[in-house]
Amino acid sequence: MTLRNRVLVLVAAVAALAVVAVASILHASARAERRNETQPGGPRITAGRVTLLAPGTMVFRNMAWGPHRDELTTVPAATPSGPRTASGLKCLRFYASSGTGVCLQAVHGTVTDTYRALILDAHLKETARYDVPGIPSRARVSPTGHFAAWTAFVGGDSYAGTNFSTRAAIVDTRTGKLIPTLESFRILKDGHAYRSADVNFWGVTFAADDRTFYATLATKGSTYLVRGDLRARTVTTLHTNVECPSLSPDGTRIAYKKRVKGLPKDAPWHLYVLDLHTMRETSLAEPRSVDDQAVWRDDHTIVYAMPGDYGADLYSVPADGTGRARRISGAAVSPAFLK
Amino acid sequence: MYVADSRADADPSAGSTGSTTGTTRSTPARVSAVVAPTVFALGAVSLITDVSSEMVTAVLPLYLVTGLGLSPLGFGLLDGIYNGFSALVRLAGGHLADRGGGRHKWIAGIGYGISAACKPLLLLAHTLTPIGLILAADRTGKGLRTAPRDALISLSSTPENRGRAFGVHRAMDTAGALLGPLVAFLILRATVDGYDAVFTVSFCVAVVGVLVLVLFVPDGRGSRPGGRGSDTGTRERTAVEPPPPPPRPTLRAAFALLARRDLRRITVCALLLGLATVSDSFVYLLLQRRLGVPDRWFALLPLGTAAAFLLLAVPLGRLADRVGRWRVFLAGHGALLTAYALLLTSWHGTALPYAVLLLHGAFYAATDGVLMAAASDSVPEQLRSSGLALVQTGQAAARFVCSLGFGAAWTLWGDRTALMASAVALAVCAAFASTLRPGRPVVEPAP
Repeated sequence: MTLRNRVLVLVAAVAALAVVAVASILHASARAERRNETQPGGPRITAGRVTLLAPGTMVFRNMAWGPHRDELTTVPAATPSGPRTASGLKCLRFYASSGTGVCLQAVHGTVTDTYRALILDAHLKETARYDVPGIPSRARVSPTGHFAAWTAFVGGDSYAGTNFSTRAAIVDTRTGKLIPTLESFRILKDGHAYRSADVNFWGVTFAADDRTFYATLATKGSTYLVRGDLRARTVTTLHTNVECPSLSPDGTRIAYKKRVKGLPKDAPWHLYVLDLHTMRETSLAEPRSVDDQAVWRDDHTIVYAMPGDYGADLYSVPADGTGRARRISGAAVSPAFLK
Repeated sequence: MYVADSRADADPSAGSTGSTTGTTRSTPARVSAVVAPTVFALGAVSLITDVSSEMVTAVLPLYLVTGLGLSPLGFGLLDGIYNGFSALVRLAGGHLADRGGGRHKWIAGIGYGISAACKPLLLLAHTLTPIGLILAADRTGKGLRTAPRDALISLSSTPENRGRAFGVHRAMDTAGALLGPLVAFLILRATVDGYDAVFTVSFCVAVVGVLVLVLFVPDGRGSRPGGRGSDTGTRERTAVEPPPPPPRPTLRAAFALLARRDLRRITVCALLLGLATVSDSFVYLLLQRRLGVPDRWFALLPLGTAAAFLLLAVPLGRLADRVGRWRVFLAGHGALLTAYALLLTSWHGTALPYAVLLLHGAFYAATDGVLMAAASDSVPEQLRSSGLALVQTGQAAARFVCSLGFGAAWTLWGDRTALMASAVALAVCAAFASTLRPGRPVVEPAP
């Protein structure tokens, strides 16, 4: 083939491929319009005032298509599938307690997205903001509202990078003092001081005493439930194979996802409740694999998200292993029950 | 495609066509001024392919977590096993490319083709296991193509300008790696959840890369009609080397290469130095921990290394041609040692992270392509791919062992002591390597 012909072949191929590439980009950008239209049969959503001091309401990220997609939204906790009130504030992950909220947001830069955590007062007014080093995954506020925590995935940077790590941060919302990573805490594993470069923390949950928290610690391929002490800056392992712990309102039990043998590698978890006094595990009645940090609606009911048609749906299941899982709300994620 | 590198070319007569390379071989200054068109074609293939693959790499964590709602932890568990497999694929790629009188182009083409074919498959996979398999196939393609591609670069350059040829290729390659994430994020910005668009565009870009290879890269066989001047130079050069009957490219011959003093020494040195080379992710982690780089800059640290690599690859490649590849290769490890030392100091200046990244990039610029150029001098043309694969595999395996060891040392003694140990090991290995001194001085006049 002459040089001229080779160049012609290349030009023709590039033109054809460019058409395919541009078509795929146009198709994906048209999605924006489709998503801004309210989906038929979806929940009724109106803009309105949202506060974090309204007992008996559930605040969550609305995922239903339409103008209020991704906004913080409330419904009465008694009728979670009823009409929604949207706040106008967009969050990827959210949690609230005692009039303090934490909202993990994406900041769309010119080239790349960055992430930040907003601390919100009861009227959703920002009181502080912090950089989040990766894709936000979990968010929690202590029952007192004095501490907030979040976990982010920090992505790999190698070729076809498949190495991920997590970074869990805790902030004192009264003083603004930030612990950027729990990796700075001293680890007591099985009674001994433990150090390893591969330590990862995620899924912080707080007790009501403004000192104790629980989280997952991962090292050498195993996960542990740890009890953390904010004053002594230590974490102590309590139990193995615990991910994304969530402490019950009465502080006696931990709901968590446990990696179960025999399940597929990408959906390996089953929901359990651990009694912190007896250390007895109770399997919950949700048969599917759950990948969420569950919340407690009250001392007897667990609420968690499952993948759904519009991203995620919320389900509830009794905390004692009885009954069965029920879908309570569609197109919703990151719920917080205000008390 | 007779692209002459005229930017830094003081002598206009040397910058006309590739055919001048052979005739002016005896004057090294002129020869080194020209980089063969094939090198530019291969550089373009690598640039385009890196744009394609880095597009996917950049959005993959985001796609897994926010697009598919998967938890990516534990995804890296198979990396160790895969590293071993990847080494085998690389050796196989080198061997296959040498058989049948040099099929470098076609084996490299298959490697690029496999990676391209993986991109549309990502549109179909929605769970971790198939995505893991697709990424494994993608990396198999990369393993397969690396050695034959480097063999083609070395075969289409003269011994006098090989360092520069590899420098040009590595600079283009790195430019692609820097552009890829940019393209991907621009697409995500223009769309809503446009991961499908990113994968589709990535596929289209990868196909262009394969086409450029097929259309514009000669197949590197010795019997090619009207051979380029640069190749004539290489053949003349190899003709004067001691063993007159060319070795047949069998597997045994590939491993018998290690019986050659020069290549054995190069491999041993690369291995030893690799054993003391802390992996990139540890360097960035250390930068963050010891120098307090803020979290939001963490993701940008690899870009700093890449930018320095991009800027320094050609100048250091040229320097290697002039003062000797081995010297530059060792100096590169000196740069790395300096970076370690900076990380160990208690001085916390704002310029320090920049200095460390610059030194880290300089380390890559002075070692990555330069090692291949150095190894090429000691491998006969018939076994070029196998020989380069052998050196690369040795180095990669050593680095893998080092990252395991470094992780363990970090666990036992903490980051400072682990880094101190690596620095000492690197200094000892470098000192030993400098006494071995493989390879002849490069620019001595032709016999």
